[in-house]
Amino acid sequence: MKTMPRTGMLIAIGLILATILLGYFGRDLSKALDARWLVKFPSAWVIPFKTHISAAMSWLVEEAAIGPLAFTDITRAIAWLIEQPYQLVLSLLATGFITGQGPEAQVVLPAISWIVVTTAVVALGQYCRDWALAALVGGCFLYLAIFGQWDSAMVTLASVLIAVPIGAGGGLLVGIWAYRHPLGEKILSPILDLMQTIPIFAYLVPILFMFGFGPISALVATIIYATPPMIRITTMALKAVDPEILDFGRMAGTTDRQLMWRVLVPSASHSLMVGVNQVIMLTLNMVIIASMIGAGGLGFDVLAALRRLDIGAGFEAGIAIVVLAIAVDRLSQAFAERMGQVHHVNPGSWITRHKRSAMVLVLLVLTWVLGQFSPLLLAYPESQTITTGAFWDNAVKYLNVNYFDTFEAIKVFFLHWFLLPIKKTLLGIPWPWAIAMLTLLGWRAGGWRLALMCGVMSGLIVVTGLWSKAMVTVYLCGASVILATIIGVPLGVLAALNRRAGVAINLFIDTLQTLPSFVYLIPVVMLFRVGDFTAMIAIVLYALAPAVRYAAHGVRSVSHELIEAGQVSGCTRWQLLRHVRLPMALPEILLGINQTIMLALSMLVITALVGTRDLGQEVYIALTKADTGRGLVAGLAIAFIAIIADRLVNAGAKGARIRFGLES
Amino acid sequence: MTPKTKLSCRNVWKLYGANADGFLSQTPSPTADDISRAGIIGAVRDASIDIAEGEIFIIMGLSGSGKSTLVRCLSRLIEPTGGEVLFDGVDLLRASEKEMIEIRRHKMGMVFQHFALLPHLTVLQNVMFPLTIQATPKAEAEAKARDVVELVGLNGREDYYPRELSGGQQQRVGIARSLVTEPDLWFLDEPFSALDPLIRREMQDEFLRLQARLHKTIVFITHDFEEAVRLADRIAIMKDGEVIQVATPEELVINPATGYVAEFTKHIPRSKVLTVGGLMTKGDTAEGEPIPVNTRVSDIAERVISADGPLPVSDQNGLVVGTIDRKAIAHVLFGSGEPS
Repeated sequence: MKTMPRTGMLIAIGLILATILLGYFGRDLSKALDARWLVKFPSAWVIPFKTHISAAMSWLVEEAAIGPLAFTDITRAIAWLIEQPYQLVLSLLATGFITGQGPEAQVVLPAISWIVVTTAVVALGQYCRDWALAALVGGCFLYLAIFGQWDSAMVTLASVLIAVPIGAGGGLLVGIWAYRHPLGEKILSPILDLMQTIPIFAYLVPILFMFGFGPISALVATIIYATPPMIRITTMALKAVDPEILDFGRMAGTTDRQLMWRVLVPSASHSLMVGVNQVIMLTLNMVIIASMIGAGGLGFDVLAALRRLDIGAGFEAGIAIVVLAIAVDRLSQAFAERMGQVHHVNPGSWITRHKRSAMVLVLLVLTWVLGQFSPLLLAYPESQTITTGAFWDNAVKYLNVNYFDTFEAIKVFFLHWFLLPIKKTLLGIPWPWAIAMLTLLGWRAGGWRLALMCGVMSGLIVVTGLWSKAMVTVYLCGASVILATIIGVPLGVLAALNRRAGVAINLFIDTLQTLPSFVYLIPVVMLFRVGDFTAMIAIVLYALAPAVRYAAHGVRSVSHELIEAGQVSGCTRWQLLRHVRLPMALPEILLGINQTIMLALSMLVITALVGTRDLGQEVYIALTKADTGRGLVAGLAIAFIAIIADRLVNAGAKGARIRFGLES
Repeated sequence: MTPKTKLSCRNVWKLYGANADGFLSQTPSPTADDISRAGIIGAVRDASIDIAEGEIFIIMGLSGSGKSTLVRCLSRLIEPTGGEVLFDGVDLLRASEKEMIEIRRHKMGMVFQHFALLPHLTVLQNVMFPLTIQATPKAEAEAKARDVVELVGLNGREDYYPRELSGGQQQRVGIARSLVTEPDLWFLDEPFSALDPLIRREMQDEFLRLQARLHKTIVFITHDFEEAVRLADRIAIMKDGEVIQVATPEELVINPATGYVAEFTKHIPRSKVLTVGGLMTKGDTAEGEPIPVNTRVSDIAERVISADGPLPVSDQNGLVVGTIDRKAIAHVLFGSGEPS
């Protein structure tokens, strides 16, 4: 953005004011003019994209074929390929190996005992780092056993153990392909962009349609969701390998394959492990959502509890997911670190070199043999489990009984003074005016290309007849982002300036980020019941992290020379912050807000569960009805909003960077 | 007898920019103006050099002068835009991908500025790597690797990982690795630039010791003129992608081709470049242990100055061909620097 001259500034302010006024009085105005089509897009003009998509989908599943090979054969083959390893792992961890069906079922070999699994993760923790980590992961798994979450947790773990290797391995291969073929990367990049902005829900519907309801569908969805970052990280990590290493490999006379697998990939292994960790975290994130299309385990427990508003059970299963996520995350990080570290191989036989593995194997056989006589060795006794469900139920009951008025007052205050005015204004803006304003904004921020994109995308939202739902989306997301920014940016600035506060804030943010998105909903629903306010709080909690992080990073990375220059000029601390640190950190803060917007949009669909009336709800309904077209169109509309917001904010941030001479 | 030419390049060009190939085929010998007008960057411009077998040939230039690009054209890590690169009389640029892999596997070795060691392999595994990818039997590869590890003085560290070693030691690994295939042609791309001055000096001595044993044909890149003078048989000076002079260190000091070369040589102590041969009084004889003609003044100054009279100078065959006295040495050390 060029520096605006004074008249330009006045015009901008005028347009913003006009938009707000138009929004506020839009409804009455359109009534007075007898032109209701201005605010409400007439349904006769809607282009029925969703019907076409649904029809195409039915054709694909029912009739499409390449020669004798029907499309459904392909999906069945994929499902079969995934199912085999999944069944094996599931049998090992959760169900045991069974022959026969129904009442004649015979357990051939029971699932691995909780004792063995816990011992194995303790051994792995000790191997990867130290006894502290071993104690942490051991504690996590013991928690799962003691709190009666073991069986569900193992079902979840089984799907993680299948999804992660496929996601990480597939991501690696695709990433390598993109690295080798620059054209491939050009094609892939926008697809990855879109995949990361379309809410997961939107592609749950077609997957459901193709693979049917069940754990395999859930696995496919999880893999599709968790793979894109791995592809990106792979391509980036390979590009970041020191060019000298590349030259060395070629000078040593490597073939292309040797160069890739023996030089580049090992050299990049550290960054690649970061990617694997990402895949793991995203897989765990997906646990609850995947249970909507048939994954069992902890996710299903949470979802079921949430549906019957059984706060205690939902909370417990939610915490179990967090506990599992913490254990898997810390283990994988330690493992990645260990891979990158120097370690000398001890001489000796296999047993002396693999004491831990040997011990776990011995224990496994022992529990299997002795388990015939004592079931305690195989399954944690149900009578010994603890449940805190009642405690949470009572706590909520207590809070609601004693502080109901306070909570209600807070809720009403926010609704009346913050949420509803925004909603009314946004819904009142006539859509032609909104498209025009977005196009203008795009033109100001990034030239005609961006203008065209903003115009076309917002236009598409209108013609699909989703305009008012899209506006509700923008309102819910916008209100949450405003709140997240108001809370997050100062927190980030504080974290950057004050070491002690920084540690505490970091811990807080880390915790927020480890929690799967659904978990936020539970306590908020407990206190505020369903509705927009609840949704907003959940979104703010979920989307807060990047606002804090980017602000902290931006403030921290302001050059020391500038700060010293400010100090020498006699700035007070406050002046230093206001005139040096904040302006210089602005581009970074904007990027943080951008990330916050993205997270908020992806959370919207989840908040559909608490009864919002936006595009997220549209997707959710489509999911329950398996209506492919409806789900995809609504999902794409969310993606369009995300892309418009992303490009506009990015262009703004870039403009700011150019103005500060940080970029040319 | 002049030694045989091992590697030479003829009119090698490397141009970067849109349609650089087309540009060069239309204007076969463009001037600097032509190039910049076409919006192209000339990284290497019309370079022609001949490197003799067993010689230490140094390509010297400041950063951005194109020396790294040139050496990568010689090994075809970078595809030159035009020209030919003759290795034992065969044009490398016509070699197929497969032939090039074979040549690199058996006839070329390269040492890198930042060592380029593979972080996940031990010292021994790093050194063995070039043999491993050729599928050399493991026992044989390991024996060869242990030999070169010993040659560079790293025995006892075979099982260390690169990050456990100091910079100098890491570069020794790099050197060992480049020698393990017994290449004829040895490229060193600023091998000592990333090291501390003291270590650098030590490694230069080590390098000379190795070359005295191995007699490789060496292409050595540096931006440090002092290093070049110390190690080179001949030096090529590059500026803006062009080779502006190829000569022995002594000739460079005495007869710089351009002001740019003169600027480089100005700050080098003459005594480190000039040899006894250029200063001696021809034909005379004197008493004492003869000094070889190619001895640098700085290495012999003390002995000549503290001697009572002139000292004899001998040629390569040990025959006394002249004498050198205190005055000639003092003139180099303290005088204007011009040879008398």
